[in-house]
Amino acid sequence: MIVGERKPLEEIKEMLKDYKKVLNVGCGGCTSICLSGGQREVMLLNDDLQNAFQGNPVSIQFDGFTIERQCNADFFSELDEMVKNYDAVLSMACGAGVQFVAERYPDRPVFPALNTIFVGADRDVGWYEENCRTCGDCILGETAGICPVTRCAKSLFNGPCGGTSKDGKCEVSKETPCAWYEIYDRLKKQGRLSNIMKVRPAREWHNQTRRVLIHEAYKQRYAK
Amino acid sequence: MNFKESLDSGRFVVIAEIQPPKGNDLSEVFQSAELLRGRVTAINVPDLQNAIMRLGSLSLCALLKAKGMEVIFNLSCSNRNRLALQSELLNASALGLKNILLLQGDHPSIGDHFEAQPVFDLDVMGLLGAAKRLQEGYDLMGNDLKGKPQFFTGTQINAAAKGHVLDLEVMDMEKKIRLGVDFFFTNPIYEVSLFENFIKKVAHFKVPIIVGITLLKSVGMARYINKHVEGASIPEALIDRLMKASDKRQASVEIAGDLIKELRPLCQGVQIIPIGWEDLIPSVLDYAGL
Repeated sequence: MIVGERKPLEEIKEMLKDYKKVLNVGCGGCTSICLSGGQREVMLLNDDLQNAFQGNPVSIQFDGFTIERQCNADFFSELDEMVKNYDAVLSMACGAGVQFVAERYPDRPVFPALNTIFVGADRDVGWYEENCRTCGDCILGETAGICPVTRCAKSLFNGPCGGTSKDGKCEVSKETPCAWYEIYDRLKKQGRLSNIMKVRPAREWHNQTRRVLIHEAYKQRYAK
Repeated sequence: MNFKESLDSGRFVVIAEIQPPKGNDLSEVFQSAELLRGRVTAINVPDLQNAIMRLGSLSLCALLKAKGMEVIFNLSCSNRNRLALQSELLNASALGLKNILLLQGDHPSIGDHFEAQPVFDLDVMGLLGAAKRLQEGYDLMGNDLKGKPQFFTGTQINAAAKGHVLDLEVMDMEKKIRLGVDFFFTNPIYEVSLFENFIKKVAHFKVPIIVGITLLKSVGMARYINKHVEGASIPEALIDRLMKASDKRQASVEIAGDLIKELRPLCQGVQIIPIGWEDLIPSVLDYAGL
């Protein structure tokens, strides 16, 4: 899941202060699941914005509408007509959703209400942890299912940096376990410690430029 | 005798760390270096240590070398990608610097520009691999180089590790040796028994180990190190000795000197890290009989 977090109200207010009718668009996908950009959060943010702009010389109208997913064009049809009645759109989706909305309505300013934080998992209700940096070259099979790109502060591929504390914590944050300590521990339990002894060559980063993926089954359809 | 020749001949080497200044005024650094002339095997010049922005290792090394001093150029992975790292190694070579200490480097979040993006495009294994490749006449992509740089290559190890962390460190060391490491520097050691425990596990590698000796300047500093510096544990007895001493500078000299005397049979050299007390290094060496 993509995890997002609402921007500070002041920042959102600053973005919207020059508009009169704003449509706040929620997303029923990831940001809804992580309680930052779904239907409920649209209502809450609109309330906050109404209050924040109270006493403003020019009143601003905030309305809300949530679509199933902002990262798929199939879900936009209801929105198309609606957007025409507004002079700005606020999106509560992740960065991918915001860009998709902006591309769909190029004549309307589109603003992000969230900061997209990471790809992660729910540790518990309302508790999310980053687990993947979408590096494009997964080595979890070698590292006992623990991602060193994400979970090592230095994204190291060849073992720890030397700063692991006595209790196995990262030197950058005492709260964070050293990824390589955890990898070592789990590989040891699995009898696969020899994995650590491999010298991994310099990594080929695949996330330097924008990536486009066409599913094998659809290659013919989109062939140019 | 240069650094490599000293290690090759089995001589006990003495390295002094000189931190480049935050700024371009080198007068104090040059004064410190003069105090060490003839007393140390080489001067080690850190590269943005602790992620604090300051003058780089390269220029200070080149300037000290021009004054006839043996230096160890440092390069870390935290702030440069693989192009810059390889280029910096070529820069070093072009300036006649052969001794290199390649490091993982510190995460910017612990330094004075804590919002900087960490690089770590290569890790230290990748950097060691790059140095090896350059010496073979190729870059990391296999392109031919004009000329072959030559290096005497070292890296850092955590010799104060315990338990699982120590097991990992030993594995790490073995990998580094496979990548052509000629010598190791350790983090500062304050407890001889801990180092003894480490050396038992790694002595069979037969690669020279140069132990870090930090001058303890105050009880507060010792307590701070124990609390915040990973891998460091200063025994209470040492802190007590410093606390009771009326002359802290003299106590610091004696503590460092005693540590060197005890560690000398166990390692191939020491690196003295003066943390601002560069002027005390000759006294430490006198006290340690070096």
